[in-house]
Amino acid sequence: MKYLPLVWAGLWRKPVRSILTLLSVIVAFVLFGVMHGVTAAIDDIINTMSDTRLRIQSKVSIAEPLPIAYLARIESVKGVEGVGYYAWFGGYYQDPRNQISTGAVDVDRLHAMFPELELKDEYAAAMRTTRNGALIGRDLAAARGWKIGDKIPLKSTVYMRKDRAPDWDFEIVGIYGFGDGKVPTNELWFNYAYFDEARTFGNGTVSLYFAKIADPSRSGPISESIDQLFANSTFETQTLNERDWLRGRIAQIGDMQFFVNAIIAAVLFTLLILTGNTMMQSVRERIPELAVLKTYGFSNGAIMSLVFGEALLLCVGAAGIGVGIAAGLSPMIYREIGAGGISFPLSVVVAGIAVSAVVAILSSLPPARRVQTLNVVDALAGR
Amino acid sequence: MSVFQQIGAVVGMNMQSIPRRLGTSCVVVIGIAGVVGVVVSIFGMNRSLGEALVDSGRPNRAVVLRNGSDGEGSSTLLTDAVATIKDAPGVARTPRGDAAATADMITTANFKRRKDGSAAGLPVRGVEPQAFFVRPEIRLVDGRLFNPGLRELIVGRAAQKEFSGLDIGDHISLRNSQWTVVGVFESGGDVNESRVLADQATLMSAYGRTATSSVTVLLTSESAFDEFKQALTTNPTLSVSVERENDYYLRQSKNATTFFGFVATFVGGVMALGALFAALNTMYSAVSTRVVEIATLRAIGFGATGVVTSVLVESLSLALLGALLGAGVAWALFSGNTISLGNATSSLVFQMHVTPSLLGVGIAWALVVGLVGGLFPAWRAARLPVATALRAV
Repeated sequence: MKYLPLVWAGLWRKPVRSILTLLSVIVAFVLFGVMHGVTAAIDDIINTMSDTRLRIQSKVSIAEPLPIAYLARIESVKGVEGVGYYAWFGGYYQDPRNQISTGAVDVDRLHAMFPELELKDEYAAAMRTTRNGALIGRDLAAARGWKIGDKIPLKSTVYMRKDRAPDWDFEIVGIYGFGDGKVPTNELWFNYAYFDEARTFGNGTVSLYFAKIADPSRSGPISESIDQLFANSTFETQTLNERDWLRGRIAQIGDMQFFVNAIIAAVLFTLLILTGNTMMQSVRERIPELAVLKTYGFSNGAIMSLVFGEALLLCVGAAGIGVGIAAGLSPMIYREIGAGGISFPLSVVVAGIAVSAVVAILSSLPPARRVQTLNVVDALAGR
Repeated sequence: MSVFQQIGAVVGMNMQSIPRRLGTSCVVVIGIAGVVGVVVSIFGMNRSLGEALVDSGRPNRAVVLRNGSDGEGSSTLLTDAVATIKDAPGVARTPRGDAAATADMITTANFKRRKDGSAAGLPVRGVEPQAFFVRPEIRLVDGRLFNPGLRELIVGRAAQKEFSGLDIGDHISLRNSQWTVVGVFESGGDVNESRVLADQATLMSAYGRTATSSVTVLLTSESAFDEFKQALTTNPTLSVSVERENDYYLRQSKNATTFFGFVATFVGGVMALGALFAALNTMYSAVSTRVVEIATLRAIGFGATGVVTSVLVESLSLALLGALLGAGVAWALFSGNTISLGNATSSLVFQMHVTPSLLGVGIAWALVVGLVGGLFPAWRAARLPVATALRAV
């Protein structure tokens, strides 16, 4: 610690160079923080997904329907405590580009499935009594400026009405929130009964079921017994707990992860070369000064720790600033990739500091070796 | 000595001295190689993705969707509408006299990737027999065509290579039925190759559907489009949107490529900033090692122009070298790679190409970094106080 002023002075020996190096390391860690932040946030989301809620969808494809008649059969499976369902609607407001995630549901069943859903009892009651009632998420309400009592005409990209009316009219009877605010609340939910009666085709089907189980360790066997119920039927199912489902969904994207890793590797490799070179250059120029320190009785170890200390201060400090900037940028970026509301994972900060320390130590190894083998007489003579 | 001779002499002398600062010079080269490598890779992937989509469309074909649908997957057209569309003016005829049009039914099925077993959706399209007249680029390369009435499929080469269970003779279960793969087709690497095709009537009866998704027609000529569109959009019994096929795919490709374009620009921009700081660092130190040389030149009558040019030429040539290195690495690693991107309902398997025009993009990025990185150090070199600098000897 007492060498800190010496390390500090060494850093400011060539201020332009130190500042430029600092900036390039900061920039590298902004990138590291953003990219690693995205993948780590996705991992975070996966780990917070429920493993006591199963998703039951068509084995062929998510776009395939399942009969509403499955409801009672799934409920009868041992270990299942409750079942809810969701029918995709494909809604948009006025213009096809204004898509709104819209689902036909049974709100009471859905609420039982998702205890973290914040829904006032009066809203749930209003849904029961208002046939064309709709619930909207807080985010959606804020984005569109919609409020309770508004009548909203939506169109569907897929479903037409039997009465040939061009719009599906909904009356907003409530607004829902979702737990800790991590999940975007931008959906509109309306009564399945109203939807199924009015649509021209697809009647008696839903897009997916949710089933709640008590014991997460039994999610495998229970999923299997549900799928077995419908094996070899017209509509075969695939049941997964939410966590595995999301993991699979991210794997669908394919070769993206490889690109992210390749870019991080390229950035860090480049960074290592840059910092390493700066450190070597700075030590090379100071050989006579270091020789003077040696003649004063500084041990090899002390001088080497000066060299390491300087690199560590520069790299770790810059990494801290860089990751900090990344954390500041992350809300905007998470929104861009459709994962708004999640917080920047602490693990990225820790990883950033660890990586920067490794870069600092690796890049000061060659100059440190140089110090160790330094011959004082030659160095003082400028040889 | 003219100004040009001065410049030539100073630049030449400086270039000869670069090997003595090899370490620091490498920093610029590697820093910029990193930027260019990443920029060329992401832009290359994005451009190849866009091209695979855009190449699928032809200006002499038109896509008819239900009004309000933004893609084929969410569109539905009833049988009477399809008949009206096929009878519209401007639609070409097959040699047998049928309308050159295919009303496709589109659904999707999950398949597992060969390399890691991850599942993704592939579009399964029921097409009419005229489809192969409408889309002549589809060529059967293995096996045979499906027989109408039988549950048989043909698969695109790209999809077949990427996903398992799509080889000839394999059985696929779709809705309540077993289907057999009987053929493999190619279509020049476009989006069709990431699809599975079946007979429309057979697929519709298996799925119990009464409506198709979209109609693609071959026009009598490119210029027949306006007449065709006019006829359909003014017909009060229809509520459809009509687009040239190339415009339709251009729109799809814009949706797909905007995101990666943003990523490429953001990541490349941030990396370029980092490389810029590294280049400034290197060039400042290059100038400071040349202090005595520069001062001596100025003392014996050389102008500032030559000195400035020598610094800029040095940084630009290092940047250029970095650009070539970075683009070369990107080309060696990624060119010709098969990229597979997917979601629940569709996937696209395409070849990534690192083309000379991408190299141009990379060089442009590198030269900007090299120019800015050399400018400030060159400024310092030009304003070097000669007397003080010489006293340093």
